Amino acid sequence: MRSLIRFLVRNHVFLLFLTLEVVSVVLIFNYNNFQRVHYLNSANKVTASIYKTFNTVVNYFRLSPINQELAEENTRLKSELSYYREFTAEQERSALSDTSSYGKYRYKSALIINKSVNKQYNYLVLDKGRKDGITPDQGIICENGIVGIVNNVSESYATGLSLLNRRLMISGKLEKNDYFGTISWNGMNYRYVQLSDIPSHIEVNKGDTVVTAGSSTYFPEGILIGTVESYEINQGESFYNLQVRLSVDFNAVTYVEIIRNRDRAEIKELENLNQHDQDLD
Amino acid sequence: MFISLVLIQVLLLNFIQFSGFINPYIYVLFVLLLPVSTPRYAVVLLGFFMGLVIDIFSNTLGMHAAATTFMAFARPLVMDLISAREMDKSDYPGLHQYGFLWFLYYSSILVLLHHIFFFYIEAFTFANFIHTFIRCLLSSVFSVFMIVLSQFLVFRN
Repeated sequence: MRSLIRFLVRNHVFLLFLTLEVVSVVLIFNYNNFQRVHYLNSANKVTASIYKTFNTVVNYFRLSPINQELAEENTRLKSELSYYREFTAEQERSALSDTSSYGKYRYKSALIINKSVNKQYNYLVLDKGRKDGITPDQGIICENGIVGIVNNVSESYATGLSLLNRRLMISGKLEKNDYFGTISWNGMNYRYVQLSDIPSHIEVNKGDTVVTAGSSTYFPEGILIGTVESYEINQGESFYNLQVRLSVDFNAVTYVEIIRNRDRAEIKELENLNQHDQDLD
Repeated sequence: MFISLVLIQVLLLNFIQFSGFINPYIYVLFVLLLPVSTPRYAVVLLGFFMGLVIDIFSNTLGMHAAATTFMAFARPLVMDLISAREMDKSDYPGLHQYGFLWFLYYSSILVLLHHIFFFYIEAFTFANFIHTFIRCLLSSVFSVFMIVLSQFLVFRN
């Protein structure tokens, strides 16, 4: 017993070091499902407000490009508005209306107050939270295409997995022929993501457009992801490995929209019913 | 110093990146500059907490903490390794106290250890070994450069 204590005292630094390393590794492995450490991410009040203050200062110096961005968006919205005016007028005339799929998605604009592109697991911090109706698993898009998915929400802030996060996988498809596969990121270059599982018998060209498949409840169908930059087939495999050049420059994106799928709860409920069936087997 | 290093790291340096390779981490300067007489267990504990705070800001829970704890543990070993003369225990391991070459060795070895540990934990694979290794080397060079520079600009005695 005494020699054990002597051993502990003599090696206390090394033991402390080992303990702390074990704690760190446990934290790394449990980051996703460890509910108690939820306040230890950057959606918490202190870190988020520091980021927000700093961001206000930075945005002040970026006012002119932001103005430009907003002006462009204004013109785009105006043109869309006029299009819809014509459309409704026409509809009234024909007295035909189909409201079955109308207004399934709701949009909420938000400001990115912190982000990274140079990690293996990149995250976004947004200035909207639970009180604005944001919940986990909502999609994040911007004007040029998709950005990511909300994962943590606090009262007035939210964090999201960026598309540049190796934990995130979404379904994407080739716009021209609707073949779909999995979009993921290999952690190498922040301008490119990878699209896999496209069968090798179909024709793929450089420059083909890749959009969201709409088979998940995160994103509506047909939102731009990027264009095919290069493609290859590994020997002995029957699927393409496509490099997709992102349409969004993650370094420059500032304003985003968060998508709420109004039917999401209903769809999830149905899926859960099926889950029960599998459990019974 | 703790707070200012955290703020510099999370607000400025986390946004620096050239072609996705270089990401300097100069918050390790905090561990480098702890007085020589600090007990070893205190160095390890402080390193862990420094890493944890950086983790909370950058959503990488545990990764910086692991790397910084490792570095803090290695610090006295590296000191013994590169110091020829007997050290004055009350001393403060800065560039002006120990000379340029000593400080350069000291910070390069520890920063390199920290970066190698961190980048491999972050990637969590040896698959892209060369790619990750280049990231380590380039980022280390950049971090050491900024740490040495800070000794001339900020900590002028």
